[in-house]
Amino acid sequence: MSDHSSSRPSGFDRRAFMAGAAGSALVPLAARAAAQDARAPLAQDPALPVDVTLRVNGRDMRLSLDARTTVLDALRERLKLTGSKKGCDHGQCGACTVLIGDRRVVSCLTLALSAEGQEITTVEGLATNDQLHPMQQAFVDNDAFQCGYCTPGQIMSAIACVKEGHAGTDADIREYMSGNICRCAAYPNIVAAVKQAAPEIMKG
Amino acid sequence: MAVQALSAAATANSPLTQANAQPLAGGTTLIDLMKLDVMRPAAIVDINPLDQRWSAIDPGGENLRLGALAKMSDVAAHDEIQRHYPVIANSLKLAASAQLRNMATLGGNVMQRTRCSYFRDVSYRNCNKRSPGSGCAAMDGVNRMHAVLGTSDQCIATYPGDFAQALIALDATVEVTGRSGIRRLPFAELHKAPGSTPEIETTLQSGELISAFVIPGRWPRSVYLKARDRQSYEFALSSAAVALDVQDGTIRDARIALGGVATVPWRARETEALLKGQKFDDGLAQRAADAAFADAKGRQHNSFKIALGKRVVARALQQAVTMEI
Repeated sequence: MSDHSSSRPSGFDRRAFMAGAAGSALVPLAARAAAQDARAPLAQDPALPVDVTLRVNGRDMRLSLDARTTVLDALRERLKLTGSKKGCDHGQCGACTVLIGDRRVVSCLTLALSAEGQEITTVEGLATNDQLHPMQQAFVDNDAFQCGYCTPGQIMSAIACVKEGHAGTDADIREYMSGNICRCAAYPNIVAAVKQAAPEIMKG
Repeated sequence: MAVQALSAAATANSPLTQANAQPLAGGTTLIDLMKLDVMRPAAIVDINPLDQRWSAIDPGGENLRLGALAKMSDVAAHDEIQRHYPVIANSLKLAASAQLRNMATLGGNVMQRTRCSYFRDVSYRNCNKRSPGSGCAAMDGVNRMHAVLGTSDQCIATYPGDFAQALIALDATVEVTGRSGIRRLPFAELHKAPGSTPEIETTLQSGELISAFVIPGRWPRSVYLKARDRQSYEFALSSAAVALDVQDGTIRDARIALGGVATVPWRARETEALLKGQKFDDGLAQRAADAAFADAKGRQHNSFKIALGKRVVARALQQAVTMEI
């Protein structure tokens, strides 16, 4: 694995790269935008790093980022917090779900700069010492996964689902967990896990 | 491209007036389409730091005022909106996922771009909306999700949202803040049908931001019914926003809008006219539903939307008439 900290942060996703590679020569997005409209006042080259402090799992992390960097890429590529997964990178699968404040969001569509000053919680921030969070334990107890790739997003989403008051019935859990896709289809077990953990989480 | 914070309302020197600048609210459309290379802004202006009034939810008395930066999830969960405007609460609750509703704002929601797969995939050259004059790959392509109402020979892309149907049905007003202050327009005049310029989707001018929506009256007898390929987290194949005023079994006023089937938020005024002053029965529901799709034009893969859409309208009417308020 290359050393991302010494290279340019990943401002381009796999699809953009493939589209460029398949069509014309690969050109940075910003350069294309500039070429398209010469009048556009490029106040700042997006490749020039911007200083930002992200508060992740209770710790302030100082970073110098391409302005277009998402929270997901900042977490994974710069902070080496690879628990949050990149599934679709387009807000469709939920694998990258984190909490910002007390709200669940998809980190792949959240710019890191816009998350500055807010508390970001990832799956790495849930366990205390060796004690799993009740939702993590419930996923283990109920075998609520097969391959596990969607699991960190499922767990973050499930915690918010409970705290929002949307875990009262199986139907509610299914509806309010629908933003987290599980290609292994462990859904019945995920519903069971959310039900198991809900009372303990609500107890505080 | 610069990411900047706009700390005051749009002013004479608004960074939004620079060429090809885009406001960033929830980002759920913009960041997605930037990654796809469909939207290529020269600058992004983060409008989230704007004054709290921009995100206020004010059920007030006569009018409901919804700030454009209010989050979909907060409006959907609001007690008074659920009670007095179920069509608004449910149009928001049935859209997207819990995560996206936490991010997306009302203003951004009505400005979301079409889900037409040829618009979203830049490897297709032919898209009049993305690249004016290039043609339309959807006309003879896989057009199962495409529109049957409000289409032109240039574009058949569906307007994908849900909330907009509630707004157009309830005669909402859009409050727009720009360089020269605030202007107001009927929500029905915000979106433009594709015609010969599918790349122009709204009547907003450079530097203008939607600041609020104002909805007159209260509509406790209202529903949003959405038919889709899966039970949750999916765009509408066909949807209906229905609001009725029924007294002693007679429909005094009816508001109907259709989603998933048209190129813009679609008001079904012929249907409304058929219903007004009538006693409700299944035959009337069927005639009203037929009227809503009288001008519909199906293509190879989407003609089923005409039959489906009629059933959605009829069922939504039945639900609205029989709901207990």
